[in-house]
Amino acid sequence: MADLGRAALLVTFGLVVYALVAGALAARSRRRRLALSAQNALFAAFLSTLVAAAVLLVALARRDFTFAYVAAHTSRSLPLGYALSAFWGGQEGSLLLWLLILTGYAALAVWLNRRNRDLVVWVVPVLGLVATFFAFMLCFVSSPFVVAPAPGDGAGMVASLQNPYMLAHPPMLYLGYVGLTIPFAFAMGALLSGRTDERWIVATRRWTLAAWTFLGVGQLLGAHWAYVEIGWGGYYAWDPVENAALMPWLAATAFLHSVMIQEKRGMLKVWNMILVALAFLLSLFGTFLTRSGVVNSIHSFSQSPLGGWFLGFIAIMTAFSVALIYWRLPLLRSKTKLESLVSREATFLYNNLLLVALCLTILWGVMYPLLTEALRGETRSVSKPYYDFFLHVFGLPLLLLMGIGPLVAWRRASLRALGKTFLVPLLAAVVTGVALIALGFGSSTPGLLAYTFSAFVAASIVLEFQRGTSARHAIAGESYPRALVSLVGRNRRRYGGYIVHAAIVLLAIGIAGSSAYQTVREPAHGLRKGQSMEAAGWTFVYRGLTTHQEADAQATRATVDVYRGGSHVTTLHPGKNWYPVEQQTSNEVSIYHDPRSIGDVFTIADQIDPKSGVLFLKVLVKPLVNLIWVAGFVFVFGSVIAMWPDAVEQRRLAERYAPAAASART
Amino acid sequence: MSVALVLGAVLAVVAVLLVARPFLREPSPVEDTLVEPDELDRRRLELVEERDRALAALKELEFDHRTGKVSDDDYRALVGPLRRRAAEALRALEPRAEARHERSEAGTPEGTPKGQ
Repeated sequence: MADLGRAALLVTFGLVVYALVAGALAARSRRRRLALSAQNALFAAFLSTLVAAAVLLVALARRDFTFAYVAAHTSRSLPLGYALSAFWGGQEGSLLLWLLILTGYAALAVWLNRRNRDLVVWVVPVLGLVATFFAFMLCFVSSPFVVAPAPGDGAGMVASLQNPYMLAHPPMLYLGYVGLTIPFAFAMGALLSGRTDERWIVATRRWTLAAWTFLGVGQLLGAHWAYVEIGWGGYYAWDPVENAALMPWLAATAFLHSVMIQEKRGMLKVWNMILVALAFLLSLFGTFLTRSGVVNSIHSFSQSPLGGWFLGFIAIMTAFSVALIYWRLPLLRSKTKLESLVSREATFLYNNLLLVALCLTILWGVMYPLLTEALRGETRSVSKPYYDFFLHVFGLPLLLLMGIGPLVAWRRASLRALGKTFLVPLLAAVVTGVALIALGFGSSTPGLLAYTFSAFVAASIVLEFQRGTSARHAIAGESYPRALVSLVGRNRRRYGGYIVHAAIVLLAIGIAGSSAYQTVREPAHGLRKGQSMEAAGWTFVYRGLTTHQEADAQATRATVDVYRGGSHVTTLHPGKNWYPVEQQTSNEVSIYHDPRSIGDVFTIADQIDPKSGVLFLKVLVKPLVNLIWVAGFVFVFGSVIAMWPDAVEQRRLAERYAPAAASART
Repeated sequence: MSVALVLGAVLAVVAVLLVARPFLREPSPVEDTLVEPDELDRRRLELVEERDRALAALKELEFDHRTGKVSDDDYRALVGPLRRRAAEALRALEPRAEARHERSEAGTPEGTPKGQ
């Protein structure tokens, strides 16, 4: 069956090359049937990639170890779900996932916009170009269909990847990474065609929002996976692989905001093109970081077949984007200017500068160790304090701006109006700050600022909903609940956006609470059976060890009774798993979710001496940490509202672009 | 192995047929040119976008004024220019619509590229 996989990938390669070459020729020479044929090539490429993906999935499910990829990433004892998740567990499989999603997205985006033929005709070759790179890599550089004599058993899967989160986290990230190709392709298509009106924005608005949502959810799933699986007690370590997903998400966040200024005021056309290209290039860079081996060492990068190709492609796409934007600068000049530095668009601009600054400082943090190793041969690392410093410098003002922006009117705002709208949020922030200091939370300035700013933003969001509902009630005479529903229904992007802002507030509170105010206890001496330790008002009594056999691992678990104020609250079972096939040990943490503090009591069996039964227990008490995961649900809810189709707006936009589309049709 | 190759060949044939479909459906079309929107269409689209922006801004200004985000003074200063912009865009669109109508009455195909 590997032959079928290889053949399907070769067919895909031929098709996407055709979409690139024939698409470009058709766009240049305005040949209608050739343009349609290039579009069809993208549809067919999705089908053939689907066949290749099906072949790999069947091989994984059957543990067909004649496939070198299957032998390297699975074993006979690996449960079926994890065996299938090996599709994206390795380099070749994840490249195939990239191509599968890309061709699927490309086919769907082209089909949905088939009436905008004069724009789509230029989008097809751009999509073909990106797909050609990935298809080339899969056919000639890093194929998942390499066959070899089958070993008795496979090498298995890295222990930490054997987690249900791994079934969803990587595909979510890839849906996000690849999704950013669509707005990029439409933006470049608009530049190539010289049609720099808002059509490319309208066509890709939901694509950008969906990609951004997938990236956000993917990161949160990854954070939760790290939290429950890696066993170090945290959820984000500023690891280059984590940063790889954060950077395009930040660039896309900036784009989602600045594109509103283009829609509302016709400004920032060049900036939006730069941001959409930056988000796409960072998504390529993220894939390069995670798949080239460069994160481990610059030497493993040079040995990896992927690194050079990826860097070359990123360089080509950067040059392509910069050249196109430069070429079309005359068309991108804005006729309107910023009227005041105190206006909604100005706050969006500040927000953009902070987001891009944060994104670039993270990029520098990721690049610096690679550059020093490549240029000087020195091994350097950029660690948590660097990132924390810039998170405080750029992240805290960003949080505050999230509350300020909605309170400021478009174009300009007078001091009197600002005083009126700022009063309640300011009061909320001051009262929160004073109360927190009085309660002893002044020990961490960033934590205190995060809470205070969060109070400001939360109050401004509540106020926005309250004022909007009251106005709607007054205008339409509707009851308050009905007025709220129609307010959100008529302004989905705005109020969906506010709900996303509420999610960010929850996230900020959760992060501040669980990092600035967490308690960590890690005694130097181990606990013997019956001995106890204390942490933040909790008592942990070690009762002993048990062992049992799991499907593919030998499990050892400690029994720890947890008390608060002398009362037994729960029993936790931190331990370790030994995976004989993979020859790896994993930490299996045990967590008590405390409803009182919306936080966790997190226990890690750092070391277990099976002979003496001594347990080295690490305890982390993390208040409010569960707000981070709650934020994920609120984030998805807000995003879905923001991208939910609005029939009235669809009709208006259809009417706006109908004559142009009719002209472009024949 | 042979089954895989046959399936691969079938896939390739299906792909070729799909790609060739526009040529198979219309072997000798009367017209095979993608008609580019002309300058009139581009200008019309610019005006429609400008009109929509101005109308949306007016709506938003009214709403912000009602919710107290915009003071009475700011409202008075902002509403006039916005109304003028919307009216100008609407006025500019009217003769264009008439021109389009006249053009179609006269039998000129819509969106005929310049110089044709």
